Amino acid sequence: MVTIARLMQALSITNLTKTYANGNQALKGIDFSVALGDFYALLGPNGAGKTTAIGIISSLVNKSAGEVEIFGHNIDTELEAAKTCIGLVPQEINLNLWEGVHNIVLNQAGYYGLGRRLARERSEKYLRELRLWDRRDDSARSLSGGMKRRLMIARALVHEPRLLILDEPTAGVDIEIRRSMWDFLRDINDAGTTIILTTHYLEEAESLCRHVAIIDEGRIIEDARMSTVLRKLQREVFVLSLAEPLGEAPDLDGFETLLREDGELEVDKGPAVNLNDLFAQLAARNIKVLSLRNKANRLEELFMRLVENKQNGFEEPAAR
Amino acid sequence: MNLALNAVALQTIVRKEMVRVLRIWIQTVVPPAITMTLYFIIFGNLIGRRIGTMDGFDYMQYIAPGLIMMSVITNSYGNVVSSFFGAKFGRHIEEMLVSPMSNATIIIGHVAGGVLRGVLVGLLVTIIALFFTKLEVRHPFITISIVLLSSVVFALAGFINAVFAKKFDDISIVPTFVLTPLTYLGGVFYSISLLPEFWQKVSLANPILYMVNAFRYGILGTSDISIGVAYAILVVFVVMLFVGCQQLMRRGVGIRE
Repeated sequence: MVTIARLMQALSITNLTKTYANGNQALKGIDFSVALGDFYALLGPNGAGKTTAIGIISSLVNKSAGEVEIFGHNIDTELEAAKTCIGLVPQEINLNLWEGVHNIVLNQAGYYGLGRRLARERSEKYLRELRLWDRRDDSARSLSGGMKRRLMIARALVHEPRLLILDEPTAGVDIEIRRSMWDFLRDINDAGTTIILTTHYLEEAESLCRHVAIIDEGRIIEDARMSTVLRKLQREVFVLSLAEPLGEAPDLDGFETLLREDGELEVDKGPAVNLNDLFAQLAARNIKVLSLRNKANRLEELFMRLVENKQNGFEEPAAR
Repeated sequence: MNLALNAVALQTIVRKEMVRVLRIWIQTVVPPAITMTLYFIIFGNLIGRRIGTMDGFDYMQYIAPGLIMMSVITNSYGNVVSSFFGAKFGRHIEEMLVSPMSNATIIIGHVAGGVLRGVLVGLLVTIIALFFTKLEVRHPFITISIVLLSSVVFALAGFINAVFAKKFDDISIVPTFVLTPLTYLGGVFYSISLLPEFWQKVSLANPILYMVNAFRYGILGTSDISIGVAYAILVVFVVMLFVGCQQLMRRGVGIRE
């Protein structure tokens, strides 16, 4: 059974520990696994240990202890096979800025043993899909920040890895490109590639990922399906834009309200009530609502609460 | 190890290195050509006329093999140290480190790049030398094998320098304070038979002396040292330095946290 369970996993991490030479313990024995075909968010504040974990998985960082298996290949005993399965888009731009766009992707294909003909086909395919084909002869330094990020994705995909790891791939990318990158990543995932994503844009994780793990101070403090995690959010704050200004915040049963300076109404909704109750009460008071939005992204809300709770000593048990 | 994968990866590194050398030819090929031309004009032509002959050859002819070897050594070393450190500094070394190619492939690929640049510059300097003097290769196998082995030794040494280097200053320290003095004292411009006995013995501790003299033997047929010893020293250095590079890569010194 263990073998079958492992076969169903793209990544399995057990008791992974990393202590840097300066004594900083970046990972304190973390365990998590990523199912085949999953779109997995690894979230956490700066310095939580996300990039260290990714560095170990992709063999850029030496681990202190623990086990890492990629599609059943242990990185201690089958590193070459494990590496073949991974495509990495690192957090920092690590392109040879003097190299041409096409050459960067072609070279990466060569490092994975792809013959020149296949490398050319694949590099054209991914450069076109990421809208970089027209810039193929330009040097990487001439690209914008967003283009460099897309080039790193093309480079990571050229050997068609089974597991794609994206460490903040949309940092500094404008919203239009970000959305098109989301669509692209969804397509890649739909085609069967398992994806691990770290991001500071929590709406990105909420929109794309089916599973989320939150890491803080080197420990996993939450690890569950996205829907399960979001259900844990007991309270939500909505902002209502009103047709006519109010003199004071209305008193609504089951809700806490606050009239903002800009005339919008903030409504704090508890678990016992629903939005139908809210609209019924507003309609009874003849208050017309033009639009409604979440005050904060739901995952962001939960993320902040989990991290703050932990810092205050109210650590919630990790759900699996 | 997947041999087919590593063969393609090796080709890729070598191609990339050659593209780099040719792309920045004004930094990689032109300076040694100008420097060596000046050596030939000043030491060979102007000063050499007053010196007369050395070991039975006119001075220009005598120093030509040493100057060719000097350019091979410095360019093999310089190519690997700057390319590999540049990749570390720009972090695009990670492209190679995340890939499944072996550490040996990464080392051999960079060393091959260094050797190719060393040989390319060596050929260029040879062509320049032919404008100033006549060179007939007496022992072609020795000439070629000594050039290749010496080039490999210094490319490997450059790789080790790059692994340990943390800033750009660190890649110029060894060439400035070690390589250049050893080359100048390695019999490029003189025969050690001119030195007092004590300094002759001291000179024998300089590995570059063996490379320069073995190469000179290949071209002119004259040498201050035994050719067999030169081969032995070169092979030992190649093996030791390659094992050292492998160990450094395996442990991730300077490249993995």
